[in-house]
Amino acid sequence: MDFLRPVTWAEALELKAEHPVARPIAGGTDLMVELNFDKSRPTALLDLTRVDELTGWEHAGDLIRIGAGVPYARVIGELGDLLPGLAIASRTVGSPQIRNRGTIGGNLGSASPAGDAHPPLLASDAEVEVESVRGVRVLPIDEFFLRPKVSALAPDELIRAVRVERAGGPQQFAKIGTRNAMVIAVCSFALALHPAARRVGTGIGSAAPTPVRARAADEFLSGALDWAGGGPVAEEVSRRFGELVAGAASPIDDVRGTTGYRRHALAVMARRTLAWTWHDYREGGAVCA
Amino acid sequence: MRVRFTVNGQEHVVDDVWPGESLLFLLRERCGLPGSKNACEQGECGSCTVYLDGRTVCSCLVAAGQADGRTVRTVEGLAAGDRLHPLQRAFVEAGAVQCGFCTPGLLMQAHDLLEHTSGSPTDAEIREALAGNLCRCTGYEKIIEAVRQAAETTVERETHQ
Repeated sequence: MDFLRPVTWAEALELKAEHPVARPIAGGTDLMVELNFDKSRPTALLDLTRVDELTGWEHAGDLIRIGAGVPYARVIGELGDLLPGLAIASRTVGSPQIRNRGTIGGNLGSASPAGDAHPPLLASDAEVEVESVRGVRVLPIDEFFLRPKVSALAPDELIRAVRVERAGGPQQFAKIGTRNAMVIAVCSFALALHPAARRVGTGIGSAAPTPVRARAADEFLSGALDWAGGGPVAEEVSRRFGELVAGAASPIDDVRGTTGYRRHALAVMARRTLAWTWHDYREGGAVCA
Repeated sequence: MRVRFTVNGQEHVVDDVWPGESLLFLLRERCGLPGSKNACEQGECGSCTVYLDGRTVCSCLVAAGQADGRTVRTVEGLAAGDRLHPLQRAFVEAGAVQCGFCTPGLLMQAHDLLEHTSGSPTDAEIREALAGNLCRCTGYEKIIEAVRQAAETTVERETHQ
C-alpha cells in the first residue's frame, strides 16, 4: 500500500490522475474503519490533510464556499449564523472527537444515504465543486449522489469544495436515533425557508438509496405558506406537508428501523421542522416590522 | 514508510510503518505507549482519544502517516513526572475508575473540556464533552463528579493566584 502525501491542491490532482484507484483520506472516520476491520485494502491512500487549500471557507458573492477539508467542529463554530441548517446537522455527527476530525468533503465523498450533511445541503440547493487535471465541474447536489455510497466523482476527480447560498431565512434539521451522540440516522430531515424566492427546500436522509429532496412537498408548501402576512400554518397544510415528505422517501427495513417507522418519523419531523422554522420566520418578521 | 512526529514533547522517528495502520497502533505497538486503549476500532468508544495538534481525536481513525510532522499528546503526557495531573487525582479521589480501560480516553477528553471552559463546566457540558467515551462498568456518575471536582480545584487555584 502506498501512502501519498500531496501538500498542494495541484499536486493532489496530479497524484489522483496518476493513481486513480488511490482512496482519498481526510478525517479517516469512514475509511479507517474499513481498514481496521479489513473490509478493504486499497493499493494507495491519498492523504488530503496537508493540502491547505482545502481547510478554509470563504464568501464568494452570496455563496459560502466550504473547502472539502473543513471539519464539522468548524462548521458548528464558524458557520452557525450563515448556514444554520448545516451547522445544526453537523452538531449531530458522532462525538466531539469525530466532529474534530470528520469533514464535509469526506461526508460527500462517502456518499452514504445517511450522511448528516446531505439533507441541509439539498434543502439549500448546494453545488459540489469537483476537480481533476482535466478541469473543474460544478454539480448540483442532487446530481451528485448516484447510488448508496456511490457519487458522480470520476476516478481521477477529487472534491474541492461545496458551495451553498447563505441562509436567507430560518433553517432546521431533525434526526432520529437511539441516543443523542454517536448515532447513524434512522432517518433525518432538513427544511430551509427561502423567503426572498417564497419557496422552501427540503432534504431527506437515510430513507432512500441516496439522500433526496421531497419535491412535491417543496412545491406544495411553497404555495401554501402565507409569506407576506406571516399568518399561522393551517393544521391541514402541516399534515399534508408531512404526508408528501413521507411519500417522497423510499425507505427499507433494516437493522436501524422499518419502512413504516421511517415514513411515520419523516412526517413527524417534517411537521416539527415546519413549526420551528415558521415560528422563527414570524418572529423575525415581527422584529423587522 | 517512515513517520517522524512529536509525542509528549519527545521526537519519535519510526521506520517500517505500514501505511494502513492507525496512529493508535503506532503509539501502542511501535512507540511503547500503551496508555491509549484499543477497543472498538471504529470511533465509537473514545478509549483511544489523544490530542493531535491540539485537538482531541480517536487515534484509531487517524492513519499513521497522517501524524507525520504533527504533535501528539497522550495520557502518558498528562502527569508531571510522579505528580498526577489534578484531573487524574480527581478521578482517583472520586472513585471514577473501576476497570480503568476507558479512563485514559476520558481523561484526555475531560482535559480538553477544562482547557476550553472558563470557570466550571455545567453538567450538560460535561456530558456533551464525554458523549463519545463509553464506560462499560457504568461509572458515569463518578466520572462526572471527578470532572466537576477537577474543575473546582482548577478554578480555586486560579482565584488564589
